[in-house]
Amino acid sequence: MERTVKRPRGKAKNTLREMRANYIAYLFIAPFMLCFAVFVLGPVLSATLLAFTSYDSVQAPQFIGFGNFIKMLTQDVVLMKYVIPNTIVFAVVVGPIGYALQFLLAWLITQIPKHAKKGYIMAIYTPSIAGGVLISVVWAVFFSSDRLGYLNDLLLNMGIIQTAQAWTQDKAYLLLIMILVTLWGSMGVGFLSLFAGMQNVDRQLYEAGKIDGVNSSLKELFYITIPSMKPQMLFSAVMAIVGALKAGSIGVQLSGKNPTPDYAGQLIQTHIEDYGFARFELGYATALSFTLMLGIFILTRICFRFLGTKEDE
Amino acid sequence: MAKKKRRRITFKYALHRLTHVKFSTVVILLILTVVAAVSILPIIYIISNAFKPLSELFLYPPRLFVRNPTLQNFYDFFYSTDVSAIPLSRYIFNSLFVMVITVAMTLVFSSACAYAFSKMRFPGRKWMFDMIIIALMFTPEAVVITRYLIVSNLGMINTYFAHILPHLALPIGVFLMKQFIDQVPDSLCEAAKIDGANEVRILLNIIIPAVLPAVGAVMILAFQNVWSDITTSTFYMVDESMKTLPYFVSTLSNALAVASVARKGAVAAAGLLLFLPNFLIFAMLQKSMIETMVTSGIK
Repeated sequence: MERTVKRPRGKAKNTLREMRANYIAYLFIAPFMLCFAVFVLGPVLSATLLAFTSYDSVQAPQFIGFGNFIKMLTQDVVLMKYVIPNTIVFAVVVGPIGYALQFLLAWLITQIPKHAKKGYIMAIYTPSIAGGVLISVVWAVFFSSDRLGYLNDLLLNMGIIQTAQAWTQDKAYLLLIMILVTLWGSMGVGFLSLFAGMQNVDRQLYEAGKIDGVNSSLKELFYITIPSMKPQMLFSAVMAIVGALKAGSIGVQLSGKNPTPDYAGQLIQTHIEDYGFARFELGYATALSFTLMLGIFILTRICFRFLGTKEDE
Repeated sequence: MAKKKRRRITFKYALHRLTHVKFSTVVILLILTVVAAVSILPIIYIISNAFKPLSELFLYPPRLFVRNPTLQNFYDFFYSTDVSAIPLSRYIFNSLFVMVITVAMTLVFSSACAYAFSKMRFPGRKWMFDMIIIALMFTPEAVVITRYLIVSNLGMINTYFAHILPHLALPIGVFLMKQFIDQVPDSLCEAAKIDGANEVRILLNIIIPAVLPAVGAVMILAFQNVWSDITTSTFYMVDESMKTLPYFVSTLSNALAVASVARKGAVAAAGLLLFLPNFLIFAMLQKSMIETMVTSGIK
């Protein structure tokens, strides 16, 4: 055993033999891995390459080094002035606050009698499956610019505003509305995972905790529930980060315009589509995508640091 | 006899529960009821609007609930395609066709792949699965451009392949399925192997029946992933007759965002038709979904 494994050539031969012996495993993973390679890995790798080129989809890409990234930092006024601040505000609110909200709601649901749980989960989860089309239909009318809009009607009646407001066309409100609507629809898979994780905590731990002086539900939450459900918390944290950073079209759907009025609802995603599909500056657009992916990756790594299970646990 | 007795106790018990709940539980129930109401109010609004006659749609002040329900909006929606060249049935066919094929293939691909990752030992297993976990963070939206370039270079523009294949790369499906299959004891598979079953038989006859909740969950996710998606229609389809129903509805509703309430009823009807399958499939499979989510943790 020791003889063969330590010599590199023997190792390679061993690996090959093992691969041949397990060819069925490769047949089983092949269909998925093929789609995965073409539609996930392929785009990511080629985005990494294209990010360093100038490419207009007609002529072959030209290598320009860090040119796109320099342009991003020095010339793209819209990016610096609107897109990045908007994206940061949007992601900070929708990400952490959305996550906290998911956790809180999941926890509250575990506290109520069993037979009521199903209905509440259904109600709270439903918006996340409503889908982009329904979101724009419902909310566009809720915030509609004439007196028939529900918000206008409500505020006019209460005497808070004097004339009907065009909420989604107003740069002062658009981002706020986008955040609220996204939060409304963010109780998805991550929320279910948190709830399932909490449900699944071993009852005996709570019994044992009571003996050791863990006597309030808040103490139970911090000393027993959270430490037992770290894996589910990590999963839903990843979902929350991805959800917060990938959102883009919501502003366009609400206002019906791209670019959004005064760039008030312009997020990095809309900016990428603007450069990619309206101006055909594909090199620059992929450089933006690349930066976005890097951002998502770094943030999730940070979550892994906090919530990941260490080897010895 | 025993049943009768139990029922009486249950009633008493329920009464007891109703009158002796803790104060904190009442507060929690109140909070949750408010949140749940805010969550579903827009949905109720859509359902209500879908059945409102024109006079109520333009009623001032606006009312949430419908008074005289009518199916007029559904007729309007079905005839709204008269102005465009493509009949509505074409969009519906495209959507259903793409959905059925995608969900079926996602189930086959991800269960086969997850089974291999969970129960077989082969070189590359660890790093390939790590890659799938990293891909959970990947959002197709971020690389929309290079994805488009790949689809177009493969000659898939204006074909059903471009609707279906990108949706099959669903890392979360493989991930959830693998986590669930991990719980099936290896000894079961080994016993079957000794009895002469091959890998396909083991997957179909032992693993799948044991992980039905995960199958349900992946079905929901695959369905949601494809059913309301408009990106494939927007980016990969030039030919109008290849686009799907949600895309068509979104073109109707985009006009709505700017033009206020015109066509409000027809769009609400369309939105409801799109949403209903989504809602029903989750209502049916909620239990499977939550059972599966228990194993969703990343360690």
